[in-house]
Amino acid sequence: MSTLNLLASISIAYVALLFGVAFFAERAAQSGRVRWLRAPIVYTLSLSIYCTAWTFYGAVGSAARNGFEYLTIYLGPSLVMLGWWWILRKLVRIGRNQRITSIADLISSRYGKSNLLGIGVTILAVIGTTPYIALQLQSVTLSVEVFSDTAPVENTGSSLTALWVAAGLAVFTVIFGTRNLDANERHHGVVMAIAVEAVVKLTALVALGVFVVWGLSGGVVATLARIDASELGTWQVNNGRWAGVMLLSAAAFLCLPRMFQVLVVENDNDAQLGMAAWAFPLYLMAMSLFVVPIAVTGLDLLPEGSNPDLFVLTLPLSQGKEGLALLAFLGGFSSATSMVIVAAIALSTMVSNHIVMPVWLRLREGTASVSGDVRNVVLLSRRLSIAGVLLLGYLYYALSGGRTELAAIGLIAFTGVAQVLPALMGGIFWRGATRVGALAGLTVGFAIWLYTLYLPSFGPGTVLPASWFSDGPLDITLLRPEALFGVSFDDKLLHAVFWSLLLNTLAFVAGSLFSAASPLERLQGAQFVSARAAGAGARSWLQSTAESEDLMVMTQRILGPNEAQALFLREARAQGVQGDLPAPTPEFLQVLERELAGSVGAATAHAMVGQITGGAMVSVEDLMAVADETAQMMEYSARLEAQSLELSRTAAQLRRANDKLTRLSVQKDAFLSQISHELRTPMSSIRAFSEILRDTQGLTRADQNRYASIIHDEAMRLTRLLDDLLDLSVLENGQVNLNLTEGRLEDILDRAVSAALADEAGSGIRVIRRRVGEQVRLTTDVERLSQVFINLISNARKYCDAEAPELQIMVTDARGQLLVDFIDNGSGVAPEAQDVIFEKFARVSDQKAGGAGLGLAISRQIVTRLGGEISYLADRGGAAFRVILPMRQEMAAQ
Amino acid sequence: MTRPPGGVPPRPPGKPPARHAPFQVERQSFRRRRLIDAACALPLLGWVLWWLPLLWRGADAPMPASLVLVYIFGIWLGLALAAARLVRLLKGSHSAAAPPSGGEGP
Repeated sequence: MSTLNLLASISIAYVALLFGVAFFAERAAQSGRVRWLRAPIVYTLSLSIYCTAWTFYGAVGSAARNGFEYLTIYLGPSLVMLGWWWILRKLVRIGRNQRITSIADLISSRYGKSNLLGIGVTILAVIGTTPYIALQLQSVTLSVEVFSDTAPVENTGSSLTALWVAAGLAVFTVIFGTRNLDANERHHGVVMAIAVEAVVKLTALVALGVFVVWGLSGGVVATLARIDASELGTWQVNNGRWAGVMLLSAAAFLCLPRMFQVLVVENDNDAQLGMAAWAFPLYLMAMSLFVVPIAVTGLDLLPEGSNPDLFVLTLPLSQGKEGLALLAFLGGFSSATSMVIVAAIALSTMVSNHIVMPVWLRLREGTASVSGDVRNVVLLSRRLSIAGVLLLGYLYYALSGGRTELAAIGLIAFTGVAQVLPALMGGIFWRGATRVGALAGLTVGFAIWLYTLYLPSFGPGTVLPASWFSDGPLDITLLRPEALFGVSFDDKLLHAVFWSLLLNTLAFVAGSLFSAASPLERLQGAQFVSARAAGAGARSWLQSTAESEDLMVMTQRILGPNEAQALFLREARAQGVQGDLPAPTPEFLQVLERELAGSVGAATAHAMVGQITGGAMVSVEDLMAVADETAQMMEYSARLEAQSLELSRTAAQLRRANDKLTRLSVQKDAFLSQISHELRTPMSSIRAFSEILRDTQGLTRADQNRYASIIHDEAMRLTRLLDDLLDLSVLENGQVNLNLTEGRLEDILDRAVSAALADEAGSGIRVIRRRVGEQVRLTTDVERLSQVFINLISNARKYCDAEAPELQIMVTDARGQLLVDFIDNGSGVAPEAQDVIFEKFARVSDQKAGGAGLGLAISRQIVTRLGGEISYLADRGGAAFRVILPMRQEMAAQ
Repeated sequence: MTRPPGGVPPRPPGKPPARHAPFQVERQSFRRRRLIDAACALPLLGWVLWWLPLLWRGADAPMPASLVLVYIFGIWLGLALAAARLVRLLKGSHSAAAPPSGGEGP
C-alpha cells in the first residue's frame, strides 16, 4: 500500500502544481501581462490535449494488437495542421470575429443563430464525449492498479479511484474553467496548465522510449532489427482502415469539442497558428515515435497475456525502474486530466449556452431586464454542467464495468463527433448551406452512428436485441445494424463511418438545395464564407426602442459591473455622447450583442438583447427587406441610367437627322427657286419669240427660222429637265427595268468620254486613262452605266477649277469588286457639302449652276440598282468619285 | 491590397515611376502567391505519400516494418520542416509585400 500512498501523494502534488500554474497564469492575465500567455508555443502545446490517455496508453496497446494502424490517429491531425492555410486559418478567423464560444455555437451562429442546431450539436457532443471521459477515468484507475500489489483490485476500489479522480478534476475545472465570464471565453490558467501537462507527457513517453531503445534494445539499429524480428516485423495494414481512420481522425481533430476549444476558442492571433502548423505535427511525431519499440519490447520481455495497454507502465516496472514508471504514470495521468478538464469546459459552455440559458430565458420571458443575476445563473449552470459531465463520465465507467480495449471506445467517439464535419465545412465554404440542410445531415448522421456503432458497442442483447444483429429489426435484413442495406464490410467501424458520413453529407447537401435560407442565415453565411470581409458583423437591430439603462442592467449581470461600465463608457465616447450611457443605436446593439455572445453564445445573446429591445426582436428580417429594396432600387436606377443613355444616343441621332433634313429643306427651297428660274428663263424666251412670230408682220424667212429654232432649243431644254426629274422618280420608285448586256469597260468609258466632251470639243479638260486596267468584261446595263460615267465626267468638266484641268480615270480590281475612280485636280467639294451632293437638288455652287442638280442623285440611284455604290472620296486633292461595281456582273476578259 | 507601412512608398503624383518599385511589388506578390500555393499543396503531398505504403506488397518477401517506419517518420519530419519554412517565408512576404489579410481580431 505504500506504493499507492506514494502515487496518491505524487498525484496530489502534481495537481497542486497545476493549480499553482493555472493560478499564476490567471493572475498574470488579470494584471495584463498576457504576452507570454499568448505565446505561440503555449498555444501549440495546448493542442496536445488531442493526445489523451487513450493515445498515451492505448497507442502501444493498439500497436501490439493491430500493428501500425495506430499511426493513422496521428497522421490525420498532422495533415490538418499541415494544411492550416486551407481550413484552420479560416476557422480561427471566424472564431475570433464572431466571438465563437464552442463548436455548437459556431454551427448555431452560422445557420442563423439557430438554437435548435446548437442543442443538437451539444447533445451529440455530450453523448460522444461521455465514453471518452469514462475512458480517461478508466485509464487512471488501471494505471493505479498496476502499482498496487493486489493485482485484481475489487471493483469498489477501482471505482473509488475513478470517483476521486472525477471529483478532483471537477473541482479544478470549476475553479479555473468558470472563474469568470471572459468576453472571449478564453481560459489563460487552464491553457497554461495543459501546456505544462503537454510537456510532462511528452517527457514521460520520450524518456521511456529512450530507455527502451538505448537501455533495453541497444541502439537504433538493434531496435529496428528487433522490430523486424518481432511479430510486427512485416508491413501489413488493413487498407480500408488505414485510409478510413486517417480521415476519421482528421475530421475528429476539427470537430471534437475539446479540440475546437483549444484550436479556435482559445486562439488569439494568426502567429499562434503559424507555429502550431509545423510544431504540432512534430509533437505528434515525437509522441508516436517510440510506440512501436515499446510495444515490441513489451511483447518480447513481458509474460504472455499481459495487457498491452499498460506496457508503458509494466515495462519499466518489470525492469525495476520505479522512477521511470512513476514518470510514465504522471504522463498518463496528465494526459487524462488535461483532456477531461478541457472537455468538461467545452461541454459545460455548450450545455449552459444552448440548453440551460434558453430554458431559463423561456421561463422568465420578458423579464430579462428586471430580475435575477444572469451572471450568476450562467456561472452556476456552467459549474453544474461540469459536474454533470464528469458525473456522466463516471457513471458510464462504473456501469460499463471498464472495458478492455481503449482504442475501440476512442474511435466510436471520433465517429460520433465527426458527424458535425459536413455542416462545419459546408458552413465555412458553401454559402448555399442552410439550417434545414445542417439539421437534416446532423440528424441522419447521428441516428446512423447511434444505430450502427454506438448502441451495438454495448454488445448484442444489451441495448439492441441480439436478433437484430442476425435478422434485422422486424426481420428486415436490410436494416441489420452492422450490415446496413445488405452491404457487409469486413470492419464494423468502417461500415459505420462510411454510411453515417455518406448519408449525413447527402442529407446535408440535399436539404440545403431544397430549402431556402432565412435572411439572417444568408447574412451569417456570407460572413462565414468570406471570412476576410468579416468584422462588419451581423447588423441585427434596426430602429430600436431599447432603453440604454435596461441594457446596462442586463450587461452588468452578464459581464459584471466593471466590464459593463467600461464597455458602455467606451461606446459612449465612440459615439461622442457626454454621459456614461451610449445611445442604443443599431451599431451599439451589434457590438453589445457580440460582447454578450462571448459569454453566453450567439443565440442566447441575440435572444436576450431581443427581449430588452421589445417588439423589435427580429428586425433583421426588416433590415434585409430594406436591403433588398435598396438593391432593387439600385438595379432600377441602373436600368434607368442605361435607358437614358440610350435615349440620349437616340436624341443625338435624331438631331443629326434633323440637321440633315433642315439642310435638305434649304436645298429644296433653293432648288425650287432655281428650277422656277430655270423653267422661267426658257419659258419667257419661248413666249417672247412666239409672240414675235405671231405679232410681227413681214419677218424674213431667215428670222423666222432663227426664232423658231430658239423656241425649239428652249423647249428641248425644258424637256431635258423634265426627263431628268422623271428619270429620277422612276429610279427612286424602283420601277426601272435593267437591260443587262455584255460590254467591255473600255468601250463604255470611251463612249462616255466622247459623249461628255462632245459639245465643247477641246474645251480644255484632259482625260487620263490607263487602258490596261479597263480590259474587263461586264454584264450590266451598259446604257445606264455610261449615263453615270457621262455625268461624272461632265461634272468634272464643269466644276474643275484648275488652270489646266485634268481628270484621271482609274480602274482597280479589289477583292471581288471593281473600283472605278474619277479624280480631277480641282479644289474638290467643300467638306460641309460632301454628305449632301448625292441628294436631289444638291448643287455644289450656285454660280456655276449648269444643271438642275439631279445628276449625282440619278447616278447614285443607277449604281445602287446595278448592285454597287458610289461615294465621294475625301482628301484626294481634287474632287474624287468612286464607283464600286460588283464582280458578279462581270466576267474577266478572256 | 493596400501598402504596408515601411513597404514601397506610394508614388507621388506627377512624378515618373521609380524604375524598379512596381516590378518588385509585382514580384513580391507573385512570390507570395506561389508560397500560398505551396502551403495548400503540402497536405495533399503528405496525404499521397502516406497512402503510398498501402500499395507496397513487396515483390517476394513482405516489406520489413522498420523500412516503412523510417519512411513514414521521415516524411513526417520533412513535411513539418517544409511547413516551418513556408510559415517563415509567408510571414516575411507579409511584411514585405502585403499586409496580413483579414484583421487580427479585436
